Amino acid sequence: MGNDTSYTDQKFEQVGRRVRRPDGVDKVTGRAKYGADAYAPGQLVGLILRSPHAHARIKKIDISKAEKLPGVKAVVTCEDLPDLTGGNRGMMDILENCMARGRALYDGHAVAAVAAVDKTIAKQALKLIKVTYEKLPHVTDVDEAMEADAPVVQDFVFTSGVEPKPTKPSNVSGISQFGHGDVDAGFAEADVIVEKSYKTEQTHQGYIEPHACLANMSSDGSGELWVTTQGHFVFRNVCSTLLGIDIAKLKVTASEIGGGFGGKTHVWMEPVALVLSRKANRPVKLVMTRDEVFKASGPTCSTSIDVKIGAKKDGTITAASASLRYQNGAFPANWGMIGAMTAYACYDLKNVKTVGYDVLVNRPKVAAYRAPSAPMAAFGVESTMDLMAGKLGMDPVEFRIKNAAKEGTRASYGPVYGPIGIGPTLEAVKKHPHMRAKLKKNQGRGMACGFWFNFGGQTCTDLNIGIDGTVSLTVGTIDVGGSRASLSLIAAEELGIDYEQVKASVADTASLGHNDMTEGSRGTFSSGMATIFAARNAVEVMKGRAAKMWDIPVEDVVWENGGAKATGKAHSNLPPLTLKEIAAKSPQTGGPIAGHNETVADNAGVSFASHICDVEVDPETGSTRVIRYTVIQDAGKAIHPDYVEGQFQGGAAQGIGWALNEEYIYGKDGTLQNPGFLDYRIPVCSDLPFIDTEILEIPNPNHPYGVRGVGETSIVPPLAAIGNAVSNAVGVRLNHIPMSPPRILKALDEQAGG
Amino acid sequence: MRYEAPKTTKEAATFLKKEKGAAFILAGGTDLLVKMKLGLSEPDLVVDIKKIPAMNAISHSATGSKIGGAVSGAELGEHKGLCKTWPGVVEATNLIGSDQIQSRATMVGNLCNASPAADSVPAMIAAGAKAIVVGSTKRRTVPIEKIVTGPGQTSLADDEVIEAITLPKRGKKAGDAYLRFIPRTEMDIAVVSAGVNLTLERGVVKTARICLGAVAPTAILVPAAAKAIIGTKLDDEALEKLAAACSAACNPIDDKRGTIEYRVRVAGVLAKRAAKIAFQRAGGV
Ligand SMILES: Cc1cc2nc3c(=O)[nH]c(=O)nc-3n(C[C@H](O)[C@H](O)[C@H](O)COP(=O)(O)OP(=O)(O)OC[C@H]3O[C@@H](n4cnc5c(N)ncnc54)[C@H](O)[C@@H]3O)c2cc1C
Repeated sequence: MGNDTSYTDQKFEQVGRRVRRPDGVDKVTGRAKYGADAYAPGQLVGLILRSPHAHARIKKIDISKAEKLPGVKAVVTCEDLPDLTGGNRGMMDILENCMARGRALYDGHAVAAVAAVDKTIAKQALKLIKVTYEKLPHVTDVDEAMEADAPVVQDFVFTSGVEPKPTKPSNVSGISQFGHGDVDAGFAEADVIVEKSYKTEQTHQGYIEPHACLANMSSDGSGELWVTTQGHFVFRNVCSTLLGIDIAKLKVTASEIGGGFGGKTHVWMEPVALVLSRKANRPVKLVMTRDEVFKASGPTCSTSIDVKIGAKKDGTITAASASLRYQNGAFPANWGMIGAMTAYACYDLKNVKTVGYDVLVNRPKVAAYRAPSAPMAAFGVESTMDLMAGKLGMDPVEFRIKNAAKEGTRASYGPVYGPIGIGPTLEAVKKHPHMRAKLKKNQGRGMACGFWFNFGGQTCTDLNIGIDGTVSLTVGTIDVGGSRASLSLIAAEELGIDYEQVKASVADTASLGHNDMTEGSRGTFSSGMATIFAARNAVEVMKGRAAKMWDIPVEDVVWENGGAKATGKAHSNLPPLTLKEIAAKSPQTGGPIAGHNETVADNAGVSFASHICDVEVDPETGSTRVIRYTVIQDAGKAIHPDYVEGQFQGGAAQGIGWALNEEYIYGKDGTLQNPGFLDYRIPVCSDLPFIDTEILEIPNPNHPYGVRGVGETSIVPPLAAIGNAVSNAVGVRLNHIPMSPPRILKALDEQAGG
Repeated sequence: MRYEAPKTTKEAATFLKKEKGAAFILAGGTDLLVKMKLGLSEPDLVVDIKKIPAMNAISHSATGSKIGGAVSGAELGEHKGLCKTWPGVVEATNLIGSDQIQSRATMVGNLCNASPAADSVPAMIAAGAKAIVVGSTKRRTVPIEKIVTGPGQTSLADDEVIEAITLPKRGKKAGDAYLRFIPRTEMDIAVVSAGVNLTLERGVVKTARICLGAVAPTAILVPAAAKAIIGTKLDDEALEKLAAACSAACNPIDDKRGTIEYRVRVAGVLAKRAAKIAFQRAGGV
């Protein structure tokens, strides 16, 4: 046992139960405290002044009038955020994104900030700040940004991944290539080749809770930050580095989180709040408006993708390639690279090559959005897979089964797979009654597959047993998808007690070692692993205490059914000691009982899903309704099935919004036209059908319970599944996401017109 | 900012007259308060009309029905008589927002906010509704289509308040309907919309008024579309002519909510569909 991460098949008592969620009552009664719900004595209201231009030189910022306004306690610009990064360009990018330095790089880029005694005064102060801009040419489209004469967004960026090293700056920050075999030879072998180009527009995660924090710097140089985040330890490290604070002296507490989906993995404004607080010597609360969330947090990429697949008449794919151009906003990142890695991950291919381009534009810095980069690549590949199946006269599911990756397949991005779920999800699709349901006029069915890596990372967990035998589980991964319930089930399972005896909470950064973000579907995988080991450590302690209570050698004690049992003939008359009994005696047997674990959880199992979708399209208006939707996904092991299903449904719901109506719309002047939920059309409840789910459990060999992450893969297939369904309903291939009514009607017109 | 809640419409008009700064009437506030929050509107005076009895009444007379300026969408939707006589006007008003918005939003507020996409407006215009306008010194009655002059602009004088909307008396063989297109199922602003009001005589369309929304700076009445169906039993040919006339009357813009091409096309589609519903409601077969 010990810290052995390998999977063992076992019968579970607690894991797999659909228990009551521990945060439910607080959330429905309004007692839960989110980012904007913290108050400190004497707190000030912070507000940020943002660039109205897509790209502009900031010639001068005059803050003198704002500073003189009674009630204003601090005004800051980039001058107050000096470069302490020591040449680390990545950190500098974060700093520059928090506050423009000489150039505004996108509509909404922060240029100054104020802290005042109330909102009215803070608003007035913003109006009194005079910024002199010189507008510069801008570019917001990914393909246009790659053209030779495009305005250069960042002059320090030279394309990496090309030989010889370029001498001129470029909007292409990196080119990366993946694959194996010889695609040219593969295409030469093919009986049929299908090529198609696709575009997807930029979307936002659309979490309901805006970014919010309360910063409180003390004059002794220490500070506290209360913030809505997916990773308070990472926020602490970043803010400390940027502001020159010792890591141990900045305590960050994560609030409850009203959705993140990747968007709360980045620091957007927290250093500004801390600097305002430091300058004003008062606590400062900074809460983004929805407009600011859209303009200045981190949406996902818009993309432009070319896909080419060649196959034999029998359906064997002989070669597959793709060129994937991803827009990263105004700062370099590697989202295109990730797209290129995921594109063909579902398939077993002899010859495959993908090239990812990472491109800068004058839009906000891109952040992760649930399986970041994978949905767009899947849209291109899975649409083309359907086109190919059509050309071959094959059933799309059979065609995919024929080419599906399996254990031992070398993935297009490099590694060789262990046991994986793509084949089983496809077989489950084939068997699902949804596939045989009758369709009516103007309706169409589509399916598609998706992949996500999943991630493990650094984790540190404490488990403390109270004198009454209840258990406090203290974790450092914030709970955005129900992890407190799942981790409590895991602790209860290991200790052999009931779920209700465990209370999990998320500790602040002063109370635990470093934990990576809750991202990459890692919460339950990695903190689950640390919880298992922490519980096992506590069991060892309790076995020792029981031995002491019995006065027998600890080697003669085993842990069974939530208590210590003495083994061997000599002790057969000793009745077992329950956890509760051992806990009650702990003051006399050596003090508090605790278990602890810190680990780097490696080998998060890869995850696959297949989705089925029915749509109805109104051919006169181009309006599309999703009328039935089924998600089939491998969870490894569903610790709390309700939450797993919730993740499946949530990803599908977001994918439906992205596929049909959500998009960032930029004007010719490079400003965002729809920074609000009225015109950024996220689905409302009545837009969605009930989303049916089927959980498959193919254990991850590298987790004691077989857990794989489940949070992200569910957003990967929807764009393609809906695209395939719409195309089947109207008889025209849609290649531009979102498939909004005007785009559908236009595609129909073009087809009618020849 | 000052807040006043007078008891009569005349008093409300007088408050407006006296104010030197920016003055606004507050009905449901679902446009005004949102604009204030966004900093788009910074009134010096807000005059709440919800305390004025005449504004809260729905009444009927020999000439038709009168709906007070502060009557909410929800109240209108619960009025059985109006649901029967003017289902198109009621359904248009009830499309505004959500349950929460419905409990506050008014037709008059919808009209005076002067958005080209306002939902109740094309239905009111098709119905031949009129506004009772009260100023600090005089009263006048104005056809709805004469109120809005452009996006965010009305023909009301600074001291004028709309006290009520009147709907004409309804005969037996009459029906109206309103349809809008939104990409979502609710909580959205019309990309294009159509209101149709018609009467029948011996199964044939005798009179018709057709009004389109969100395809021009203001809602537009389309007499050519009415002409296309008058004297017909709404056969396919008449419907195609109706659609063509509607599309031809459009003068929309390309924006975040829809393209010119799309609005022109779908205006005709919605007008056809609304005409069919109105025809059926009038007892046509
Ligand atoms: C979430 C949400 C959803 C919405 N959905 C829709 C929708 O689907 N369709 C739609 O058309 N609209 C929609 N709206 C806009 C709004 O709800 C409607 O326009 C509503 O009818 C306005 O009515 P009100 O009584 O709230 O107006 P108010 O906000 O009180 O007033 C609007 C304007 O009219 C003026 N005014 C009001 N009454 C009078 C009067 N008697 N005389 C003179 N001037 C007056 C006010 O000064 C103000 O300028 C939505 C708004 C929100 C917030």
